[in-house]
Amino acid sequence: MDVLDLARWQFGITTVYHFLMVPLTIGLSLLVAGMQTAWVRTGDRKYYAMTKFWGKLLLINFAMGVVTGIVQEFQFGMTWSAYSRFVGDVFGAPLAMEGLVAFFVESTFLGLWIFGWDRLPKKVHLACAWAFSTATMASAYFILAANSWMQHPVGVELVDGRPRLTSIWAVLGNNTVLAAFPHTIFGAFAVAGAFLVGIAAWHLWKRSDDGPVWRSSVKLGTWVGVVAFTGLLISGDFQGKLMFEQQPMKMAAAEALCHTEEPAAFSVFAVGDVSRPDCESVKSITVPALLSFLAHNDFSSQVKGIQDLVPEYQAKYGTNYPVDERLGELSGKPIDYVPLLPVTYWGFRLMIGFGAIAAGVGLLVLWLIRGGRVPTGRWFRLLALGSIATPFLGNSFGWVFTEMGRQPFVVVPNPTGVDGVWMFTARAVSNSTPGEVLTSLIALTLVYGVLACVEVFLVRRYVRGGVAGVLPDHNKTERKDDDVLSFAY
Amino acid sequence: METFWFCVIALLWLGYLFLEGFDFGVGMLLPVLGRDETERRVLINTIGPVWDGNEVWLLVAGGATFAAFPGWYASLFSSAYLPLVLFLLALIGRGVAFEYRGKVDSARWRRVWDAVIFVGSWVATLGVGLVLTANVFGLPLDANGDRVGSPFAAVTLESLLGALAIAGYALVHGAVFLSLKTEGEVRERARAVALRIAPFALLPLVVLLLLVQLRFGTVWTYAAAIGVALAAFGALARLALRREGQAFALMGVAVACAVVALFGALYPNVLPSTLDPAYSLTVENAASSPYTLTVMTWVAAFGTPAVLVYQGWTYWVFRKRIGTRHIPQVHVPQ
Repeated sequence: MDVLDLARWQFGITTVYHFLMVPLTIGLSLLVAGMQTAWVRTGDRKYYAMTKFWGKLLLINFAMGVVTGIVQEFQFGMTWSAYSRFVGDVFGAPLAMEGLVAFFVESTFLGLWIFGWDRLPKKVHLACAWAFSTATMASAYFILAANSWMQHPVGVELVDGRPRLTSIWAVLGNNTVLAAFPHTIFGAFAVAGAFLVGIAAWHLWKRSDDGPVWRSSVKLGTWVGVVAFTGLLISGDFQGKLMFEQQPMKMAAAEALCHTEEPAAFSVFAVGDVSRPDCESVKSITVPALLSFLAHNDFSSQVKGIQDLVPEYQAKYGTNYPVDERLGELSGKPIDYVPLLPVTYWGFRLMIGFGAIAAGVGLLVLWLIRGGRVPTGRWFRLLALGSIATPFLGNSFGWVFTEMGRQPFVVVPNPTGVDGVWMFTARAVSNSTPGEVLTSLIALTLVYGVLACVEVFLVRRYVRGGVAGVLPDHNKTERKDDDVLSFAY
Repeated sequence: METFWFCVIALLWLGYLFLEGFDFGVGMLLPVLGRDETERRVLINTIGPVWDGNEVWLLVAGGATFAAFPGWYASLFSSAYLPLVLFLLALIGRGVAFEYRGKVDSARWRRVWDAVIFVGSWVATLGVGLVLTANVFGLPLDANGDRVGSPFAAVTLESLLGALAIAGYALVHGAVFLSLKTEGEVRERARAVALRIAPFALLPLVVLLLLVQLRFGTVWTYAAAIGVALAAFGALARLALRREGQAFALMGVAVACAVVALFGALYPNVLPSTLDPAYSLTVENAASSPYTLTVMTWVAAFGTPAVLVYQGWTYWVFRKRIGTRHIPQVHVPQ
């Protein structure tokens, strides 16, 4: 494999892995802040137990999110240095803002929250929870603003072959990030909701002590999940319409739509090989005219297909890569403007499908435990625990679709923007040796693998331990000395 | 404006070296100063609430370099690829180890994570010193800013000396910090260790600064280098008199002078090329556009004071010395 493939695999692996922690952290930190607020306002021990229990699971996860995030920031310079030089004038700003405005707040107030129990006044301590949970959202906004600029470059002019920032407000107010941010945040809440439902339902099934804690957690998780899924549909629809306009090839690839249709039908499920460019072998179950509606809010509008888009791209951005030794094997070769269709087509469907399963299971669990009932079947336990994975999968497939769908571009040309502000992925990579990138790819993958095992082990342990595992043990005659720290590593 | 941002980045490095310097030092001294489990927990809890916030200084230094000097960020990070990978792995291990160490009540479990903290702290500190020094002495860059030559181009005698210099500084800084933040036997031991190792641990830093001055020195970087020696000596003298707070502050002055000496020697380059001075990246040719720098200046003008205030408040909240009597019993799910 050459440096380009290795660097792409590394970016893909480290990003998808990082994004397993991030949505749970975002969703859970706000929910925990909410639980703590309920406790401070009502003084109900149930909410205290919820804050402590879910807070502990949040922390186990947070540590991993932080350390895998550092790799993300360094990676742009390490493996994508040509990209960094090209976009630095624009892309670095939101990244630096994330650090200075959001991440400092997040990490400082998280430290205060962890160690501040009993040391800070109750309300100040609660304010720390809100400070770090709000900062996680701000963090997400700045990162998504940076990512959205790659999907839809705005606020720049072209000077000496490089984009130069002309308006930071255009970058921060890019309609792409305004759509991607709610979609991502709702995705985070879908994860947190399913996490609450799955674990709390398992405790109910086990008839653990602290029934009220678990019952409240299931209810909270379900409503959060259902609201999140509704939000995902609305924001996703909005995002899709933007994408038809900004990245028509990505959406045509999401549908494996070979020929332009008017009106266009939405493919629900395909049988056969979607990667065949002639589409002859594909039998698709379709909903007539739905795609037209999704694209343009109009049941009869035209949606362009892959085969008609390719010549347009070739005319605008060339048929062959330039002859340049830095492009390696691709030098002078024809440019393939069609993303990997099986990945985009199925990624799109799996994203929606897993999201729907998560919301459905939440409602089902809510109905099964109505009026104080407790389901006893083994299947219930499996259903609850299994459903935790679904929004994680939905998120991951969503990102794979978004990022793979923009290939072969790393910075996608903006149809209404400045000409020349775009970059092929093949152009973006550092001139490292394959050995260097292979070493880091293997090392990071191994370490991430080991850490995944450790995290699952710890989460399992703390889940099984329930409320008793995280609250001070009152049966033991503990030294109730003012000098003893209420929490220490 | 470019020069201003060069100073901001030097300042972020200063914040990073001063703050994470002591929490690295604590990790490096963990098996030396912590004779039993409770003592090790005392050591870790002196930095528990703050180490994560300290680490963000690095992320912001990296992010600010990307925004203000993309050329510098791209060339340095891609050229020092393998050392940075090692550094990242050390930071990953260390970060999760603090959080996970106490999550299971088992001696073996803690032994493993203690080892990760210890090794991670050493590797990370050596790595910072190596990359920073390689940056000052330069890398074999071509006209495009890409590295020519082996993946180990950043590993030279000078940069290895720099690795030892930063590690030695962190070691003493960590010991001074611990004698300020702990009480009882641990405090005495930390003080004794700081005084005993300082002459050897600080020697590489002195040699490094001499070398930098001989190669690139100007009058005021000489002054800064002398400042490092005076402040470090003063710190140890105050420590010997049990004035730990003053000693810690003087260690801060020492690292501030060191950063001035190193970045002063670098200016107006940001990353010299050892192949041809014409290929060197300078504050002029590696900088972002004036507009981007203006935007970043506004962000920094509002962001930095806020960060200093709330991080300062954190240190105030957790200002008490801690000792073995403060450590609560382990309570984890069985």
